Amino acid sequence: MAENGTCVLSVEDLHTYFYTQRGIVKAVNGVSFAVDRGRTLCLVGESGCGKSVAALSIMRLITTPPGKIVRGSIQFEGRDLLGLDPEEMRRVRGRRISMIFQEPMTSLNPVFKIGRQIGEMFTYHEGMRPREARRKAIELLALVGIPAPELRVDDYPHQLSGGMRQRVMIAMALASPDPGLLIADEPTTALDVTIQAQILELLRDLQQRIGVSILLITHNMGVVVEMADDVAVLYAGRKVEAARTKELLISPCHPYTRGLLNSIPGNPKYRGAARLESIPGSVPSLAGLGEGCPFENRCLLARAVCRERFPEEQAVSGTHSVWCHFADAPAAADR
Amino acid sequence: MPTSILESATSPPAANGSAPLPEISLLHEQWLQFRKSKSALFGLLLIVIFFLLALFAPALAPDDPLRQHLPASLTGPLQGGYLLGSDDLGRDILSRILFGSRISLMVGAISVSISLVAGGVVGLVAGYFGGTLDLVVMRGIDVMMAFPSILLAIVICATLGPSLQNAMIAIGVIGIPSIARVIRASVLAEKELDYVTAERSLGASHLRLIFSAILPNCVAPIIVQGTLAYAGAIISAASLSFLGLGAQPPAPEWGAMVSSGKEYISTAWWVITFPGLAILFAVLGFNLLGDGLRDVLDPRMKE
Repeated sequence: MAENGTCVLSVEDLHTYFYTQRGIVKAVNGVSFAVDRGRTLCLVGESGCGKSVAALSIMRLITTPPGKIVRGSIQFEGRDLLGLDPEEMRRVRGRRISMIFQEPMTSLNPVFKIGRQIGEMFTYHEGMRPREARRKAIELLALVGIPAPELRVDDYPHQLSGGMRQRVMIAMALASPDPGLLIADEPTTALDVTIQAQILELLRDLQQRIGVSILLITHNMGVVVEMADDVAVLYAGRKVEAARTKELLISPCHPYTRGLLNSIPGNPKYRGAARLESIPGSVPSLAGLGEGCPFENRCLLARAVCRERFPEEQAVSGTHSVWCHFADAPAAADR
Repeated sequence: MPTSILESATSPPAANGSAPLPEISLLHEQWLQFRKSKSALFGLLLIVIFFLLALFAPALAPDDPLRQHLPASLTGPLQGGYLLGSDDLGRDILSRILFGSRISLMVGAISVSISLVAGGVVGLVAGYFGGTLDLVVMRGIDVMMAFPSILLAIVICATLGPSLQNAMIAIGVIGIPSIARVIRASVLAEKELDYVTAERSLGASHLRLIFSAILPNCVAPIIVQGTLAYAGAIISAASLSFLGLGAQPPAPEWGAMVSSGKEYISTAWWVITFPGLAILFAVLGFNLLGDGLRDVLDPRMKE
């Protein structure tokens, strides 16, 4: 998907495995994707498909052991992150790549005031004086839409609601003079729906203002529609389809993507239908997956070849690829 | 939909805001809870009294704790101007107990500090890094725990030579294992929490994560364990002095006073009783306070 040299992050053929007692869990199994400057890429898939592991791999925050990035390359602004030594990598984190997490309730240190936690990003990374850092913290709180930031700066995390805490997390992630990439790992999953919309709005707005690229991880197709410029659909550690958001929504090619889109409650195709579509079965155990397509046991199009080998990339258009042996089969066939 | 950031800034509190609670600090809240426990308050009272007595010992003591007055040896309480009687050398027991509180509280503070620093570093490092390091270090701690602690203290004291200073070192060392275990346990729990990963993702180093992120969250168990260890240190110091390994004569140390008074237990009960009661109340005070703090600070105890 990378085009005309504007790519900020490019992940190639990433393999992250977990060596457990029950065998090797291939959580990320040869996934490639790229985030273009100032754009938003969504990684979509069910729980356990490897989205979060991919994000943590980029940050090199995989707990080793049992996890290990077995092969692949992660190019960030022309540097291979996997080749950096721990100290260099630490300097990338928080300054050039930041991450916000799913659980705002637990992602802030409970014993410090939020102003201090945000300010630390400046005192620690940039050697700023505490008073100056506090002023910057108030600025950032205002930027992420927290009312009365000069008062809230002295609050402890437990005094804030979930939505407010997620805003504080975003403020911390942006507390860098030059944030290149923001990784948001299901940033709205733990929030209620109205707050979700506000946080997404905030992210979009910030992206427009400071031009940060966003890698957004979600299982929610609604969020994809709202946020994404590009989408990569993951299933059981493999990328199965990648496209511009519009292309994907209009003409999904992989049976799994179609299944995902069909199971959105608001899908107009099913207005008036008695039951919501769902994909039969559940995600297979990642331990001991074979060489074939991981979706094979749930797929209505599956043939013998699907079990034997994972399909090659098939280009649907210049920006749309799918990994399926029967991608060009008529859409009706999977229903 | 290009909503400006200012508009979105004003909308959330309506959807999201909470009614303004009366400002009440965490500390104040914990004090309110602490106050409910009578035994904890009693413990706190005892300790405050002991600290005041120690602080104002020169003003409060009716006599020099070291001044001997042999003609008045073993005078009973309330006789001859001795409120709590005199010992075998005619020294005023009340004055000696008052000055002894300085020794006991100091021994407690110093040896607990030694335990906290050494045990704290061991616990933090072992808990944070885990793996082989944890295994090796904690087995070493287990070896230390396998000894009865007073026996270990005696060995250390006997090796270093009997003095109050060496007693403090010995007591500090025997306090390391329990502190290290408590801290390691809370580090193990804390380091799995999201805020640690979040701070790592923002570029914090190991040192910073350990001391600046995790340690402040382990303060509660450290305070509780430290308070209980203080009680233990006082009693260990008294024991070592009783055995002649701690404070040396003529220092007015409670354990040493009990030791020197034991010969007169049948004829002059006061010589051994009052220092013994001093030990009892000081240790009781710290234990009650420690238990009270545990009730307040341990989150599991909250509703």
